[in-house]
Amino acid sequence: MKWLFKLFTKRSSWSIPYFIFLLMMVVLPLILIFFYAFQDEQTGAFTFKYFEKFISNPEAANTFVYSIGIAIITTIACIVLGYPAAYILSNRSLCRSKVMVILFILPMWINILVRTLATVALFDFMKFPLGETALIFGMVYNFLPFMIYPIYNTMQKMDHSYIEAAQDLGASPVRVFFKVVFPLSMPGVMSGIMMVFMPTISTFAIAELLTMNNIKLFGTTIQENINNGMWNYGAALSLIMLVIIFVTDLFSDSDEDRASNEGGII
Amino acid sequence: MKKFFAQTYLWLLLTMLYAPIVIIAIFSFTEAKVLGNWTGFSTKLYTSLFSGGVHHSLLSAIENTLIIALVAAVISTILGSIAAIGIHNLRGRKRQVINTLNNIPMLNPDIITGISLFLLFVSLGITQGYTTVILAHVAFCTPYVVLCVMPRLQQMNPNIYEAALDLGATPMQALRKVIIPEIKAGMISGFILAFTLSIDDFAVTIFTIGTDGLETLSTYIYADARKGGLTPELRPLSTIIFAAVLFLLIVINVRTYRSQKQKEVKL
Repeated sequence: MKWLFKLFTKRSSWSIPYFIFLLMMVVLPLILIFFYAFQDEQTGAFTFKYFEKFISNPEAANTFVYSIGIAIITTIACIVLGYPAAYILSNRSLCRSKVMVILFILPMWINILVRTLATVALFDFMKFPLGETALIFGMVYNFLPFMIYPIYNTMQKMDHSYIEAAQDLGASPVRVFFKVVFPLSMPGVMSGIMMVFMPTISTFAIAELLTMNNIKLFGTTIQENINNGMWNYGAALSLIMLVIIFVTDLFSDSDEDRASNEGGII
Repeated sequence: MKKFFAQTYLWLLLTMLYAPIVIIAIFSFTEAKVLGNWTGFSTKLYTSLFSGGVHHSLLSAIENTLIIALVAAVISTILGSIAAIGIHNLRGRKRQVINTLNNIPMLNPDIITGISLFLLFVSLGITQGYTTVILAHVAFCTPYVVLCVMPRLQQMNPNIYEAALDLGATPMQALRKVIIPEIKAGMISGFILAFTLSIDDFAVTIFTIGTDGLETLSTYIYADARKGGLTPELRPLSTIIFAAVLFLLIVINVRTYRSQKQKEVKL
């Protein structure tokens, strides 16, 4: 009994329940993905056959390449549209209202299906054909706030004395932007890319709703396989997606900006 | 002039972002089955949303969503706050390990979290339903609670806790009288965040909800949309969700604004 009391009063041991929970609910499930991906459904032996199946199966492989393409286009469109917005929002002489910022991040908090269906409704209303263009438009709609927010965050924390120094030293506004502001905002752009590229490549359901089942993305392929009981193949496809995400992750090392460190939401 | 262009650009972008939800909100006040037909002003969709009747499954889906979100948020807040206190007192390697593990659910795409938990439940032979959805939601919400509570602990003066112990408080009393009041704001932000994350979730829910007919709002909308027709009652519902989220965000921001102001006064 005494050791139990001691364990309880030592506050660092309070992390133990959560540690066990993380092992059970986060680490073990991820290991299971590996386990299923390399395990033969019938014999239970180690196998590469699900990866071979993916490479030799043109439909799945094509969907994979196509999804990456859509994700890249969406990400670029979000940067092009979102960067100026983040710049204006963080610039005090151009926009002073905090309400504007809230308005831009508000859509992040609305159910993605509701947002997608609203977009479909808008396209229907405008008699806009539901196809590839609608898909990209819809994706940009859905993910633009996720690009604006991290860039805005980095720009706001930027040390303005750098900009003033560049101006004092005679740099033109364009030069100040490209030599000072843009490089300093890169961490924000990087986490923006992570927050847009990853969900676009992994969403399912969104693409079908936006295109009336005409276009399928990689996330949907994974979901269909899992739903049809092909767990091992589904796990192998998930593992491929994990690799892609890991590679994207390597390019950006700005985890600091991802979540609010100040305890609030903005 | 520059400011004019900047403002115009922002408003254009906002119009584009909000056009869909505005259309939904406008057409929630008319009875037409097909969106885009205006058949005169009516609040019939709102009343039929709340009176149940034909759309009983929608109402029970809303109920399930709220119960799951509430339970998951309460559990994550308690688990996450205790964990944060523990992590705050950890040093070195151990702290690094648990922080890395804590980051995994936030970095993982929903679909991977969903599938990995699905594989966990099937390989352990656990029947999927209420419990599994709540467990899954706790798994991806708690890291955010930890992130909300940690900064409060770091801002706290560690001497106050020691002083309470020196003056004869039991660790339990010190926790209740000293630590909890200090981290309360973080706990509340974490709770709200967990609650909204849980309500919003679709990808994790659909993999862990099982096939017994349990439905949350997200899975209901998904099933409904797949059938082709959108239940007209979803229009007032989306409008209400939107208004509620707007309200919550404003409350959170006013809170953080106030606490920042308080800090400034203290300094």
